[in-house]
Amino acid sequence: MASTRVANAPSPNGRVQSELSPTDEQQSGRSMLSRLAGGLAGQLQRRLPRADLDERDPDYIREQLPLMWLMASIWYRGEVRGLGNIPDSGPVLLVGNHSGGNMTPDTVLFTLAFSTFFGVERRFYQLAHNLVLAMPWLAPLRKFGTVAASPENASEALESGAALLVYPGGDYEVHRPSWLGNKVDFGGRKGFIRLALDNDVPIVPVVSAGGQETALFLTRGEGLAHALWLDRLFRLKVLPISIALPWGLNVGDMLGHLPLPAKITVEALPAIDLRAEFGDDPDVDEVYDHLIRLMQETLDALASERRFPVLG
Amino acid sequence: MRVASSITIRAPIDQVWEFVSEPERVLSFMSSVTRWEVDGEQRTGLSARYRVLFRIGAAEIGGLIEIVEWDKPRELAWTSVLGIDQRGRWRLRELSGGRTKVELRMAYGVAGSGPFGWLAERIAAPSVGRHLRRSLAQLRRMIEHEQLRERAAERAAARVA
Repeated sequence: MASTRVANAPSPNGRVQSELSPTDEQQSGRSMLSRLAGGLAGQLQRRLPRADLDERDPDYIREQLPLMWLMASIWYRGEVRGLGNIPDSGPVLLVGNHSGGNMTPDTVLFTLAFSTFFGVERRFYQLAHNLVLAMPWLAPLRKFGTVAASPENASEALESGAALLVYPGGDYEVHRPSWLGNKVDFGGRKGFIRLALDNDVPIVPVVSAGGQETALFLTRGEGLAHALWLDRLFRLKVLPISIALPWGLNVGDMLGHLPLPAKITVEALPAIDLRAEFGDDPDVDEVYDHLIRLMQETLDALASERRFPVLG
Repeated sequence: MRVASSITIRAPIDQVWEFVSEPERVLSFMSSVTRWEVDGEQRTGLSARYRVLFRIGAAEIGGLIEIVEWDKPRELAWTSVLGIDQRGRWRLRELSGGRTKVELRMAYGVAGSGPFGWLAERIAAPSVGRHLRRSLAQLRRMIEHEQLRERAAERAAARVA
């Protein structure tokens, strides 16, 4: 947008911009498209239903626990460890690695575990991509406390004293190829560290294993997403391609898929007080590297417990 | 859904009561219980509250419970204040020969959860039943073992005398 020029304005050499060189014309065309994309994206953003903190409904969550328990216990044979590491009360930032495409079995398992361990009465929010909340069939997520990923929503949640679950890797990590399933990959996104520092809340790393075995994820399709302008229109950096039930070849995963019953293990690590461990003014890169290393070591340990793919 | 199990222990009712009513001892014999902590100043008796967790399937399920019946040494019942709806009851009855019949009941469910709630309750029931039986067996082992130790200590004291 910064390269936008006014049409027909004089150029430094005195010629008007209508006599643009082919390269300039291309740039101008791209600028117009960028403006168009920006405008369209803005319209879309405005049309997205606002998911605010008040939409969380503890009674609704309680009523859904049996279904989640069935999925977690029977389908995923789930195991959640270390919930005692999460402070019993007060705001806390739960930082997880994300797996399993748009079905995110680790979130189902962790939400169940958190809600039964602390009770649905404890305020618990999760940040999600705007587009997830725009899907009509995913509207109930808002009742679980899923809110649009924005710094305002995140700070508001923490200021209210809630536990907030974030997946910094987001769509980038959740659609990584299956052969990278045991890799923590936030794609260099560090905003969550500033969020924890600004709100002075501890970070609890939450590591999950097994999610990337619920389908055969082939590629994130970043090039495809860019070519189709999805990154500019919908903030979608990926257009994943996988082989998943019941579709076979699954492009985009917009309608979700039937996840394979892979065993999912989740472990919450001891809480980290950033200022106590890294000083009054922590270096964000240092904190990031430390967290990634810590979570990767835990994921390696969880992965080493698995004997077979899917079966665990 | 209500699940119950009972057992006969070769020990007086008062001794069994001491075990089941003492919050610090619960973790040592209750199967699947991962937390049983006193909440507040009151440790035992009517209105005492505990933070509890039971591991059932993929989840540790629990919350805050409160003692709602304390009829020493016969009935001890609790109900959930926060968390999953649940009730529990220790029912002790004196038998001849210094024995005690001990029954442990657990009732749980989620109101309004529909067919999935109905299904989950039934699928969880065998697991809950196994934990109750294991808890009672462990309780009996502990109490009867303590009785043996007490008798041995008495015999040793008599020999010294």
